[in-house]
Amino acid sequence: MTALLNRWRTLVWVAPAVALLLVFVYYPIVENVRLSFFSWNAFSPHPVFVGLDNYTTAFHDHVFWTALWNNTMYAVVSLIVQVGFALVLAAVLEEFVHQRLRGFLRTVYFIPATISITVAGILFSFLYNPQFGLVNRALSAVGLGSWSHAWLGEKSTAIWSIIAMSQWQSIGYTAVLFVVAIQRIPREFYEAVRVDGAGPVRSFFTITVPMVREMTTLLVIITVSGAFLVFNEVMVMTAGGPDNSSHVLNTLLYRSAFFADDMGYAATIATVIFVITFVVAVVQLAVTRRRRVEW
Amino acid sequence: MVNLTPSAPSAPTRAGSRTGRETATTTGTAAARRWDARTPLRLLVRILGWAVLVALVVVVVYPLIWMVLSSFKDNAEVFGHPWGLPSQLRWHNFVKAWHAGVLHYFRNSIVVTGISIITTTLISAWAAYGLTRVRMPFSQPVLLLVTGGLMLAPTVAIIPLFRLLQAIHIFDTYWALIVLYTAFRIPFTTFLVRAYMIDLPREVDEAALMDGATQNQAFWRITLPMCRPILVSAALLQALFAWNEYAFALVFISRDSLKTLPVGLVDMQSRLLTDWPVQLAGLTIAAVPMIVLFLIGQRQFLRGLTEGMGK
Repeated sequence: MTALLNRWRTLVWVAPAVALLLVFVYYPIVENVRLSFFSWNAFSPHPVFVGLDNYTTAFHDHVFWTALWNNTMYAVVSLIVQVGFALVLAAVLEEFVHQRLRGFLRTVYFIPATISITVAGILFSFLYNPQFGLVNRALSAVGLGSWSHAWLGEKSTAIWSIIAMSQWQSIGYTAVLFVVAIQRIPREFYEAVRVDGAGPVRSFFTITVPMVREMTTLLVIITVSGAFLVFNEVMVMTAGGPDNSSHVLNTLLYRSAFFADDMGYAATIATVIFVITFVVAVVQLAVTRRRRVEW
Repeated sequence: MVNLTPSAPSAPTRAGSRTGRETATTTGTAAARRWDARTPLRLLVRILGWAVLVALVVVVVYPLIWMVLSSFKDNAEVFGHPWGLPSQLRWHNFVKAWHAGVLHYFRNSIVVTGISIITTTLISAWAAYGLTRVRMPFSQPVLLLVTGGLMLAPTVAIIPLFRLLQAIHIFDTYWALIVLYTAFRIPFTTFLVRAYMIDLPREVDEAALMDGATQNQAFWRITLPMCRPILVSAALLQALFAWNEYAFALVFISRDSLKTLPVGLVDMQSRLLTDWPVQLAGLTIAAVPMIVLFLIGQRQFLRGLTEGMGK
């Protein structure tokens, strides 16, 4: 009996972590899915069961589709820049740059990732300002004044301007992770193709790309799910405007919950986000597991 | 992730044979196409590479330099001479920003970040010890629970949390943020510390247990001190997260006096509309602590990031 008690007592090590996770992470997410089948607001605080009504509303809500599209574009651009271009950047850093300078550049590229999205967002809304912003001034200075825009104030440019800011902030982060992955590749592989006469471009494709595949997979997952969780940058720079053109799912969620006072609809959008990010995470697990079996 | 070694031998042979075949078909000019041979094409690649590196430095750094320089200007200078240096160092912009709210926001960020660093690293190290060193019932389900937590996104939980925090009366207090910043970071931090503990020699703490130490003593006196490097990494990453977190801070704090920097700065923006230099001074004050922390602890930062993704 005491032996059994002692065995159970060991659970004390994980109890705080498990309790916090169950109460503040797992329970709310499960509860959220349940709430998405209800309708309620601040004035009628008792949720009424409405079945799939909220989902039907979403299906016919064109702002919902705009938001989903914007998230998708966020993912596409981030994949190109934060995975594709970042890998090239990391390879160039490792290939051409002397060790000491390399460390310095890595540090510099990483700095934007350490400042908060709010700071970056406000800073860029100054840079995008139509009258006084540096972006338009720089365009005029090189004779491209006709390209000037009210970047965050026009429907056609708002979301793209936000996406661009986001790339500025994150490229150094992923590039540094690629650098770490490249440094784990044994040097002999490069020397082997070098003897065969391969130049930097070919050794990039024959050695670097296949050897960092795992990091690539991981960053693809992180980037894609990150793109569907975007919130802070859009809130700070446009709050979804102008005319709802730059909404993403999370800002629509926030607006539905705290401005339109439609909690059930907000919970529905949250469920959609949950499903998307969860599927992406499961794909990651499946891919990494399959690879382990292959080995 | 780190498990590159098993696949390692396959890649070079594949790559090697392919390039070997190619050079063979190009009639043995391999000697002429040595690596360091300065063919025009390679020179071009090299120049392009450097151009990208330098351009990126400018693009990355210039907005930040502009932010700092402009925070010393007055409005006329920011609008009239946006590219130039400030004519004098107007420190009073910083004083003004500080008293326009940054003081409170800064204090709140310090409190929430500081306490959540302690709670997160301790609770996670504790759990990691249980998972790696203690024979415990349900250790598999617990591990699964922690791993699963890595996949769950914070904002998805916001509406139920809104009700929950009100029900337990911590809505609109420091505790709302501290508890959530801890709970949502436990999976990552536990994983990080657990990966490190797995690689630590077990003999040391086993010897202590043999000598009659309790498991509690072994944890505090032996394992925890040995984990110091990874705990520093974990603390730095937690600092970065908590200092910059926005969504929870926006929804769960409504009193102006409790707002943290990421939310407070946005409020300040609507209060100070056209006073760009003071706003930029506020942004600079908010950004500097994390940049300095990163410059000092760069190595620990990177270890945390790569190890955390690793296992």
